Amino acid sequence: MAQVRLTQLNKKFDGTHAVKDVNLEIRDHEFVVLVGPSGCGKTTTLRMVAGLEEITSGEISIDGKVVNNLAPMDRDIAMVFQNYALYPHMSVYENMSFGLRMRKFERAEIDRRVKHAAEVLGIQPLLERRPRQLSGGQRQRVALGRAIVRNPRVFLFDEPLSNLDAALRVQMRVELKRLHDRLDTTAIYVTHDQVEAMTLGDRVVVMKDGTVQQEGAPLALYQRPANRFVAGFIGSPAMNFVPVTLEWSEHALWARATGLRVRVPPARTEAMRQHVDKKVILGLRPEALHPSSGSDGADYAFEATVEVVEPLGSEILLDTRVGEVPVVARVDPGVRVNAHERVRLAFDPARAHFFDAATEAAI
Amino acid sequence: MIEGARWRKWVWFYLPLGAFILALLFPFYWMIVTTVRPDGELYRPWNHPLYSPFWTSNPTLDHVKSLLQETLFNTWMLNTMFIAFVATVISLVCGVIAGYALARLTFRWAGILGTAIFVTYLVPQTLLFIPLAEIIRDYRIGDTPWALILTYPTFLIPFCTWLMMGYFKAIPRELEECARIDGAARWQAMLYIIFPIAVPGILSAGIFAFTLSWNEFIYALVFLSSPEQKTVPVGVTSELIRGDVFFWGSLMAGALIGSIPVAVVYSFFVEHYVAGMTGSVKG
Repeated sequence: MAQVRLTQLNKKFDGTHAVKDVNLEIRDHEFVVLVGPSGCGKTTTLRMVAGLEEITSGEISIDGKVVNNLAPMDRDIAMVFQNYALYPHMSVYENMSFGLRMRKFERAEIDRRVKHAAEVLGIQPLLERRPRQLSGGQRQRVALGRAIVRNPRVFLFDEPLSNLDAALRVQMRVELKRLHDRLDTTAIYVTHDQVEAMTLGDRVVVMKDGTVQQEGAPLALYQRPANRFVAGFIGSPAMNFVPVTLEWSEHALWARATGLRVRVPPARTEAMRQHVDKKVILGLRPEALHPSSGSDGADYAFEATVEVVEPLGSEILLDTRVGEVPVVARVDPGVRVNAHERVRLAFDPARAHFFDAATEAAI
Repeated sequence: MIEGARWRKWVWFYLPLGAFILALLFPFYWMIVTTVRPDGELYRPWNHPLYSPFWTSNPTLDHVKSLLQETLFNTWMLNTMFIAFVATVISLVCGVIAGYALARLTFRWAGILGTAIFVTYLVPQTLLFIPLAEIIRDYRIGDTPWALILTYPTFLIPFCTWLMMGYFKAIPRELEECARIDGAARWQAMLYIIFPIAVPGILSAGIFAFTLSWNEFIYALVFLSSPEQKTVPVGVTSELIRGDVFFWGSLMAGALIGSIPVAVVYSFFVEHYVAGMTGSVKG
């Protein structure tokens, strides 16, 4: 098992700065997920750790040893690819044993390890089959098996669940989590799916345009996003953003927009003081909103027009509009609201977020 | 398949296909008929009452016998086979390695080099044989099989390189990357992973190179002069056309027997060949 440290990592392709000054320390046994939209540099970062991409500048070290100029085979890592990359001309057994054969392991040891990995993943009956005779989920398991037989120091996953259908993806996600708990290895996992990132990662690193936007525990990112991008990226449905102007009135700070006037929570007033009369963005998660009842303070509620009602069974999504701004609310399935009706939505002041309109950083 | 009424299928599918097959197989049929037709029938004028150009009722193997016994046909066959085989092997080895390099290694000028190699394939042989003749004379390999073995790759290597380059590009890069992470050096990844997957492509290039070498005429005509050094295409046409006399029976027998090895090679590898030409890589 190993620690991985990325220091001031940069990657430039012809004219494109794909990865910019990335610093990251991945602790022993930690499962770190790099997440972000396509083109954010997450896969390039992973490929640099694997040794498949040259580093333009910066340093990657595994267990304190700089590996910048080490060939992929000498880094003692294993990687699971999005398209599984199973060798089509080899059986499952040969696929899983290839790495061990290349490393000149004893035949008996290879056999023991392959069979053990096959047992862990439940693919013993498939060992003699060719990859094209397997389903997507089975191929994924073989790709995982090929990675775990070698007991590498670090596991790298490059969107391994993207090619699976939705139901299988959920199942494999659980299996991956279970496998990591069992193997207890250092792992770096790349995905564009924030749900995967939140459920799998001990720590999540959100990237955009080649830079790290924020890193932290999944819940910390959800509860305390560092900027508007992270706030919008983590959580589904995404956070609602309402551009507002701050103003003093009645000895309190108020956020005002067309069709909305809500009070800035007193606990936040001090931090928000310097933004008075300036544009800021109010962020409200759909799950922080609920239809207003008598017990809710009038200062933390606003009127909205329901445009679409999406009943999902366990909850209802209300697509509403406040002034010109779309706002989604995730409400209890018992709520009875129809499209085109007016509804009064209230929110918990502790769950309101404010972002600087210019820098988009959290206030 | 074409949907709809039966006549539509006939008009748009079976009739064109039938015409195509007929046009394709007719020369072979003509070769066979001419080979087994006795001289008396062969040279019968068209207005003779018993004139039947498409059929013979008195088949004979006389032309085959005279071809095998009175000419050096067996030697020509062996020469052709040896030259085609060695030239194909040389071209395949170079073409596969060059194709891999151009498809996978990111070095400067890779794209331009790939195009340049293709352009050399477009230079007509009828132009290229003039400077090549000089080189062959300088190296004193004229009238030996090496004159052809070393000149055929001038058009075979560009062809094999181009074909293999396309094939290698179709193989997912991740397979090789995974092998390299698994512990294989680049040459091992190439040998154990990429080449086995590229077998259909390699076979296609090999078959094509073999056929081109087997049928090649101009270089063989120019660089070889002794009858015992000749290849089948040159031997048959130069030894069985004497002045204005065409020994049609033996000529066709030579053409027929000469085309058998290529047909056999094709029929053995036809499935791989089709897969190679269509670039299918099954995952």
